[in-house]
Amino acid sequence: MITLGRLLIGILLLALWQIGTVTGVLHPLFFGRPERILAVIVQWFVSGEIWQHLAVTIAETLMAFTLGTVLGVAAGLWLGLSTHTAALLDPFIKAANAMPRVILAPIFGMWFGLGMTSKVALGFTLVFFIVFFNVLQGVREVSPTVLNGVRMLGATRGQLLRHVYLPAALSWVFSSLHVSVGMAFVGAVIAEYLGSARGIGYLILQAEGMFDVDTVFAGIVVLTACALVLDGIVGIAEKRLLVWQPRADHTRDN
Amino acid sequence: MTEVLAFDDVGVVFRDAHGGAYTAVGGATLSVGEGEFLSVVGPTGCGKSTLLNLAAGLLSPSSGAVRVFGEPLRGINHRAGYLFQADSLMPWRSALDNIAAGPEFAGVPRALARQRAEEWLVRVGLAGHGQKYPHQMSGGMKKRAQLAQTLVIDPPILLMDEPFSALDVQTRQLMENELLALWQGSRKSVLFITHDLEEAISLSDRVVILSAGPATRPIAEFTIDLPRPRDVAEIRMTPHFLQLQERIWAVMREEVLKAYKQGAAA
Repeated sequence: MITLGRLLIGILLLALWQIGTVTGVLHPLFFGRPERILAVIVQWFVSGEIWQHLAVTIAETLMAFTLGTVLGVAAGLWLGLSTHTAALLDPFIKAANAMPRVILAPIFGMWFGLGMTSKVALGFTLVFFIVFFNVLQGVREVSPTVLNGVRMLGATRGQLLRHVYLPAALSWVFSSLHVSVGMAFVGAVIAEYLGSARGIGYLILQAEGMFDVDTVFAGIVVLTACALVLDGIVGIAEKRLLVWQPRADHTRDN
Repeated sequence: MTEVLAFDDVGVVFRDAHGGAYTAVGGATLSVGEGEFLSVVGPTGCGKSTLLNLAAGLLSPSSGAVRVFGEPLRGINHRAGYLFQADSLMPWRSALDNIAAGPEFAGVPRALARQRAEEWLVRVGLAGHGQKYPHQMSGGMKKRAQLAQTLVIDPPILLMDEPFSALDVQTRQLMENELLALWQGSRKSVLFITHDLEEAISLSDRVVILSAGPATRPIAEFTIDLPRPRDVAEIRMTPHFLQLQERIWAVMREEVLKAYKQGAAA
């Protein structure tokens, strides 16, 4: 029933869009036309042109996500466990987090060129802070009873790190997966859009330069579908990784 | 009787950030013999848990010394197992993996550690529940898992901090009986902390009464000469139990009243 309703709403919106552009209420030059957008997408996939761009964007996303997560976990564990260093670095971390990091894209472009590195760099700065703050929180909220219990069971400092702090921190990382994967994707696309030679963001940038609104929308549709697929995969991973947790949302978004 | 765990004139002072100081324990002298079940009873908030943390080595005394098998204790007391009042299970490990943790930390191969854990799982009545995570377990099941987690490493000393206080009465008496059965089989030295006098008498060989805080210390002790093996529910009906309870309560009552007055004044 609800599926039918959703389908109807979708069809209605598309129909309104189509009618609007056909009758001239919505100017096709600015709004594109659904059937032309579809044609662009079909053409991309039939010719196979889209794959290299999609592959680049996804590769950038995955690299930004992996790098941001690994370094975010490491930094979060380090600062979570050494209170003095955390206090020392606090203003710098706050400043780095408060800065609108998208604006770093041009700088990364200058530093790393127009290839994938500058895209990974931007995605990384977005992912890193989400993971970092979640890990910091996770480390600080480890139950003192669990900690003492594990110490009484004879755990060394390294074992405490591995068997208590790391799993506690990772649970927060896992529950922020949706946000961090999304951010990696956003970082990659934005950086592509601001200057690149490949990727979906590049396709959109090119089309915009030629005032080809249909292609811009086609790019947006592909990006959205891609984001939904990524989110679905994260959802499955999350279920498997967090079996030990009762259903509760304790994600901290930044 | 050999002294397994001893407090020699131990004092603990907590200092706060504003330069204030609170003397939690003042000049406490106490010892637990080999194979002895000793309960320490005191009014709520008198610093009972502080005593246990001292024995566990999680806390160092400000004055005096804690000795384990005659040696002054430095750092964590590795001859002791600690059963906490709160839930100390690792939530990301199943019951079985929680129990296997101690042997694993000690370097026992994983397969063997799990095998030992499996044995203890059965012994504490959790057979078939090994794959459950703590959030899927009831309070009683978690306590059983905690007990197995502590006993699997076979510590000669067992420290227990009101371990059953959060359980309902039936589960609690069941667990108390099981604890006695397990203890009788191994004869560990137990330091059991509780505010429940009946629990203390029904389990112990000796009951020590603590004064109300601050600067809590033992003020009286009673030998519990009730026959063993005991059933904690039945033994509470015997005249001798009631006699003991009356005698001990007469001493404890004053301390409870003092603690109550302090609480009311604060």
